[in-house]
Amino acid sequence: MSNDEINRLAAERPDFAAIAAWIPKGASVLDLGCGDGSLLRYLKETRSVKGYGVEINDMDIVSCLVNGVNVIQNDLDSGLSDFEDNAFDFVILSQTLQATRHTEALVKEMLRVGHEGIVSFPNFGHWQNRLHILAGRMPVSRVLPYQWYDTPNVHLCTLHDFEAFSKRCAVNITARSVMMGEREIRFLPNLLGSTAVYRFQRGI
Amino acid sequence: MSDSVGIVTAQCARFDTPLTFRSGAVLPRYELMYETYGELNAARSNAILICHALSGHHHVAGVYADDAKNIGWWDNMVGPGKPIDTNKFFVVGLNNLGGCHGSTGPSSIDPATGQPYGSSFPMVTVEDWVASQARLADLLGIKRFAAVIGGSLGGMQALQWSLAYPERVANVLAIASAPRLTAQNIAFNDVARNAILTDPDFHGGNYYQHGVVPTRGLRLARMLGHITYLSDDVMADKFGRELRDGKYNYGYDVEFQIESYLRYQGDKFAAYFDANTYLLMTKALDYFDPAHLSGGDLNQAFARAQADFLVVSFTTDWRFSPERSREIVQPLLHNRRNVSYAEITSAHGHDSFLMPHAHYFDVVRAYLNNVAKEYAQ
Repeated sequence: MSNDEINRLAAERPDFAAIAAWIPKGASVLDLGCGDGSLLRYLKETRSVKGYGVEINDMDIVSCLVNGVNVIQNDLDSGLSDFEDNAFDFVILSQTLQATRHTEALVKEMLRVGHEGIVSFPNFGHWQNRLHILAGRMPVSRVLPYQWYDTPNVHLCTLHDFEAFSKRCAVNITARSVMMGEREIRFLPNLLGSTAVYRFQRGI
Repeated sequence: MSDSVGIVTAQCARFDTPLTFRSGAVLPRYELMYETYGELNAARSNAILICHALSGHHHVAGVYADDAKNIGWWDNMVGPGKPIDTNKFFVVGLNNLGGCHGSTGPSSIDPATGQPYGSSFPMVTVEDWVASQARLADLLGIKRFAAVIGGSLGGMQALQWSLAYPERVANVLAIASAPRLTAQNIAFNDVARNAILTDPDFHGGNYYQHGVVPTRGLRLARMLGHITYLSDDVMADKFGRELRDGKYNYGYDVEFQIESYLRYQGDKFAAYFDANTYLLMTKALDYFDPAHLSGGDLNQAFARAQADFLVVSFTTDWRFSPERSREIVQPLLHNRRNVSYAEITSAHGHDSFLMPHAHYFDVVRAYLNNVAKEYAQ
């Protein structure tokens, strides 16, 4: 992959660079709901990871193969039974958390098969979403492009929601990165950030 | 047809170095029929081996000059611009040892006796086939295959390549296959074999000398096999409860269309296939288990593999179900091999792997395009 392509991917998906920053070179990575394999390809090129993706969608399977990344066709909501305990350094759920049905079970599975977990999701607490709700409509934006009736996002949450959920699931958050576009947001992140990225491990 | 490899010629390779089988039996000399499509590149790096399943052979693609109707069994998959692209790859198909399409098998004449081998032909295993295929590769000057590809029993051979000759295969495509058969699958094979073994015309496997063929047994074996290759849905769609005469005749002749279809398939098959070959092929299926000598542990068995893998299954295949394909994927993940797995939604049961299907072909094409970038320059 050329530098141009890497830069293009990083620009399109600001969470990619944030995720890559936490991953050491040569790590083993499982990307759940890996879509067309862009993130895995990005991590392969920039971090030389040994990566596998899990994806259910037929078209995405072909795209992953075109991208030259490993992909296992499976439904995340049926669990990760193909994978052994502690098989990966990192298990990533990039822009997929909000579309999973059994979210709590899946986060637990992530930390069974991986030493660390990384999730990124659209922050429902972002001010634009709040404005939509105030105006009496469900939010539709660049990061949430769906109408309420055709959205795959059944479990949307805010930064505060995810952090409370982590406590409940005995998940120990070790780092957080909140983005608005390519910019990292440090001031009022739950209001000003559109994308949240968390790094976590098993709590004690 | 511009996307066909066109007219092809079968070739015969003779081997005079004895081959010792897993069973301990030795075949002093043998012949393998094979066909090739496309051009071997200067680096000899773009070769693909196609391994056939139970009833397959070396005629994988194209037609013969004197028999334009005899189209290769995987012609929809192999050809110029097709998923296994003969513009990029040098594709080799062969008829396995024990076969009945020209390679040395039970119906061949044993030079030692001047009679057909019959029951004296060694029990052949997937391991033996792969050993003989490696000798064919040597003969063709192929040190390492860019890919070894097979469906069903052919998939087992592709897997075995990665275990027996890890340095000689870069990619393995195992389609509608399994790492080893389940009890149910072996059971189906045993019923099929019993149909042949108990046919009065079988004569302990030496029916050639009696001038007869155990047609009834072979027919039954094929009918049973055929049922297991189709899905319940496809049978229901195609035949349902349709009656040939439109009414019940209250007898044992063909009444339902499915009966007519199965008998036709059985007759057609029994007319050209050798019963001893059928027995050998089903035993090879039953015996295959890479973990047989390592305490049943597939993780350990696949530790030898160095290839990258594409594993493909079909949703309605119940003879080699998606679960069996996952049993291939798991030890590969355990051993950190590069592996991708696609589960194709198809109505056609086990037969799906032979049928044209846009998404299935896209998957194979996408995978092999990357193989071509690496090996077919």
